[in-house]
Amino acid sequence: MSLLFLIMFSSYSVGALGGLVFGRGVVGRGLTALGATVGAGTGTALGVWALVSGQSLTGGVPLILPLTGFVLHLDGLGAFFLIVIGLVGASSAIYSFGYTATYEGRYSLRMAGAMLNVLLLSLSLQVLADNALTFLLTWELMSLSAYWLVLTENDQAGTVRAANWYIAMMHAGFAALTAMFLLLSGGELTTSFASMRSNAVVLPPLVRDGVFLLALFGFGSKAGIVPLHVWLPMAHPVAPSYVSAMMSGVVIKMGIYGLVRVVLDLLGGGPVWWGGMVLTFGAVSAILGILYALMQSDLKKLLAYSSVENIGIILIGMGAGLVFHSYGMMTFAALGFIGGLYHTINHASFKGLLFLGAGSVLHATHTRNMEELGGLIKRMPWTALFFLIGAAAISALPPLNGFASEWLVFQSLLGGLNIPVPEVAVLMPIAVGMLALTSGLAAACFVKAFGITFLALPRSAEAEHAHEAPLSMRIGMGILALACVGLGLAPFTVVPMLSSVLAGLGGLPDTRSAFTLNVSLQVPGSVAQMSPTLTTSGLLIILMLVPLVMWMLRANRKLRMSDSWGCGRVGQTPRMEYTATSFAEPLRRVFAELYRPTKELTIDFHPESKYFVQSIEYKSDIMPLFERWFYDPFLWLVRFTAQQIRQLQTGSLHLYLVYVTVILVILLLAARWF
Amino acid sequence: MTGYLLEIVQALLALLLAPGLVGFVRWVKSRLQNRRGAPPWLPYFELGKLFGKEVVMSKNASWLFRFAPYIVFTSTLAVTLLVPLIAAPLPFDNVGDLLVVVYLLLLGTFFLALAGLDPGTAFGGMGASREMTVAAIAEPTIALAAFGLALSAGSTNLGHIVTATLVNPGLAISPSHLLAFAALFIVTLAETGRLPVDNPATHLELTMIHEAMILEYSGRYLALIEWAAWLKLTIFFSLLANLFVPWGLATALTPMALAIAVMTLILKLAILGVVVAVVETRVAKLRLFRVPELLGVSFVLALLAVTSSFLLK
Repeated sequence: MSLLFLIMFSSYSVGALGGLVFGRGVVGRGLTALGATVGAGTGTALGVWALVSGQSLTGGVPLILPLTGFVLHLDGLGAFFLIVIGLVGASSAIYSFGYTATYEGRYSLRMAGAMLNVLLLSLSLQVLADNALTFLLTWELMSLSAYWLVLTENDQAGTVRAANWYIAMMHAGFAALTAMFLLLSGGELTTSFASMRSNAVVLPPLVRDGVFLLALFGFGSKAGIVPLHVWLPMAHPVAPSYVSAMMSGVVIKMGIYGLVRVVLDLLGGGPVWWGGMVLTFGAVSAILGILYALMQSDLKKLLAYSSVENIGIILIGMGAGLVFHSYGMMTFAALGFIGGLYHTINHASFKGLLFLGAGSVLHATHTRNMEELGGLIKRMPWTALFFLIGAAAISALPPLNGFASEWLVFQSLLGGLNIPVPEVAVLMPIAVGMLALTSGLAAACFVKAFGITFLALPRSAEAEHAHEAPLSMRIGMGILALACVGLGLAPFTVVPMLSSVLAGLGGLPDTRSAFTLNVSLQVPGSVAQMSPTLTTSGLLIILMLVPLVMWMLRANRKLRMSDSWGCGRVGQTPRMEYTATSFAEPLRRVFAELYRPTKELTIDFHPESKYFVQSIEYKSDIMPLFERWFYDPFLWLVRFTAQQIRQLQTGSLHLYLVYVTVILVILLLAARWF
Repeated sequence: MTGYLLEIVQALLALLLAPGLVGFVRWVKSRLQNRRGAPPWLPYFELGKLFGKEVVMSKNASWLFRFAPYIVFTSTLAVTLLVPLIAAPLPFDNVGDLLVVVYLLLLGTFFLALAGLDPGTAFGGMGASREMTVAAIAEPTIALAAFGLALSAGSTNLGHIVTATLVNPGLAISPSHLLAFAALFIVTLAETGRLPVDNPATHLELTMIHEAMILEYSGRYLALIEWAAWLKLTIFFSLLANLFVPWGLATALTPMALAIAVMTLILKLAILGVVVAVVETRVAKLRLFRVPELLGVSFVLALLAVTSSFLLK
């Protein structure tokens, strides 16, 4: 077991060093991809091994990391997240080999390759961390390496700005996390998690509330919950696509990991308002995330906003779990957390897949703007198929994986009837409504994302001449597509595994026996059942029977290709197609109160007659709610304060000497009096 | 074994009844409008005609366009295996619950909308966009109505929901059931493309939703899609009829009980058909952007249904 760890550690290191030494060229790119792939693969194996054997791994690390205070420990929760990291990490690493070929001679492959390995390594160490110091160091390493990766295409517009926003948000979160750990550990950061756990019980309630709020802020900024999500739609689109997949699939999930680790494991749950707060933030993030995703015409930005939505769904499950936990309804609590964690790995696989798919589109057409795409299903059949699988999975369509986890979250919300306080219980049906609206809108959003990008006629010359992605990129997407199908078909093995992960955390019981290992998944505490496996077999049987019966009944099998029907007009051009904006127009009107769309119409008439139009320019945008009402005033305040403070800095040495003297005197006086 | 056989019989029955139901609604509607109307069995001939014709497919369309009719028909037919049409509880109750039913139907809508976008015509895109808008806004009502039913039965399992009402008949007139019924009825009109949300009898571009989306289809593909749409109507009617008023459903597998069940099913479908025909005669089509208001009403009804079952527990 520690051997697996050593292999993982050293292959990431080899990958990182290989990148630094060789830099560009097939060798450099190959070595970084290989290091990351082997490392991620071994990480997955380590996670699976730990879960199956039920053993935990401690120590063995000072051997390679003689840094004092660096303690690692692998438990069930860490093992589960190692699998998530490994799954997306390996696919993205394989994919990166083909994708970075276009970077040759343009961007620093040295840095990109090394940082990919460092990012994966820091993620893997993160989930093994067993004290605050280790946790914070790996956390910072993760944020910084991701920052480098976001900056890869640094000559593109918006990249630097996005990276700055990202790093600022990360450090606001980091400050909160440091404060949180200081509160939790009584000021000593090398205290092990085990003693924090026992210490947390005797902390005064007010301190515990403080710890919870700081954790929610710190981890929430990483996870991208509304209103801390602003960096996500900026940083994800500009990063290289395999990095976007890593960030959306794994990096933001570290916020979820942290919340479970601190709130459930270390604090052992809390009063009901904690859960209510997580649930509310979850529901708001889910709804607003998908509503903003719908309005995007930048494919990767759409996916980024949809990550906000999915983090929201995960938090709905976990928030419901915390509420049930506070009432001692442990089976339902476990169910909520299982739903949340299940959705975590599901989102990692389908969002990773979709970002890789978007990357292939970008690779082939050099644009992320959906209004210039179209018709790619004929030019990039594999990418289209993989993207379709991802789109169906994220829309929670059975029998793919998104459905399985949303079903579990629904089932846990159904437990709300047993909550004794009606005011709290009513939260649950509202959450059901929000979740259902979210999944309905998600279906609309991904019909748009797939339909506009891949179907119909190409809307630009780039899309017209698109080509299929190289093999390595197809393999990367293929792995994740298989994961989407596999995780969807086998909830009866995934769910007991998750209950063993959660068993014992914050006093949650081991619900493994409550979930039967039949092909039907039965929910404990209720009698609801479903089986994606049997549903799929049923669907496949009918799918084969239908053409068979049609053939037996001698249905006409002729097919004639012709023009689309055009009410008599001849010739169809892409300009007649529905666009991404027009597809979302009805929903833009329905939710106009939120979007506050702005419209700008400029018409150039012919100088001789206003009945002839020379050109029409139409601009429409939606109001970025949080940027305008929250971040803009805040940034103004920061700038204003900085301006005021700047007056101290005159550049005159004499004045600085006065400052030093004054401060020194004040300090001496203070030391005298206190 | 007889249970599984019954499932298949039930699916075949639904396949058989669906065109008749649509024909019946059309016929009643024409009588109400003082027209003679086509005979109720006309849809059967329509299917026969469509299956016999060749398919004309757009040059711009891809494999998805050819695959979509099969997936739409399959997912809808699969639902008829799960929904209690003539008997409950069924052996497939552990394969799929009410949520599986809802999301399987969404699967069909998803692919149909994609197929609408595929040929690249303005009509297809318009239909797809509108259909997904309506589906998205109807989704929370369906989920909440399902939630309301599940709360009183303690499960989303369809067999349990039916049995709970059979055991405790008072449930059927409880506020939560009545409100949920009203909510689901409105959603049924929206989801199956009836007035006042969509008009199944028109091909006017300003008002079309479903018809615009499938405008490019012909021949056997159109037959499959039409049949699936009619099946969907049958499914929604049976959900309304059998989840809220489950009497008549066979609980024992005796020939007598099954015969009664088939008769009551036909009767219930006919009653709902008359109601829909009356509604369609009495109301005008709503403007597209008024539809969300109607669906908002149904959402509030469903939310009240659920809240009342919390408060009147």
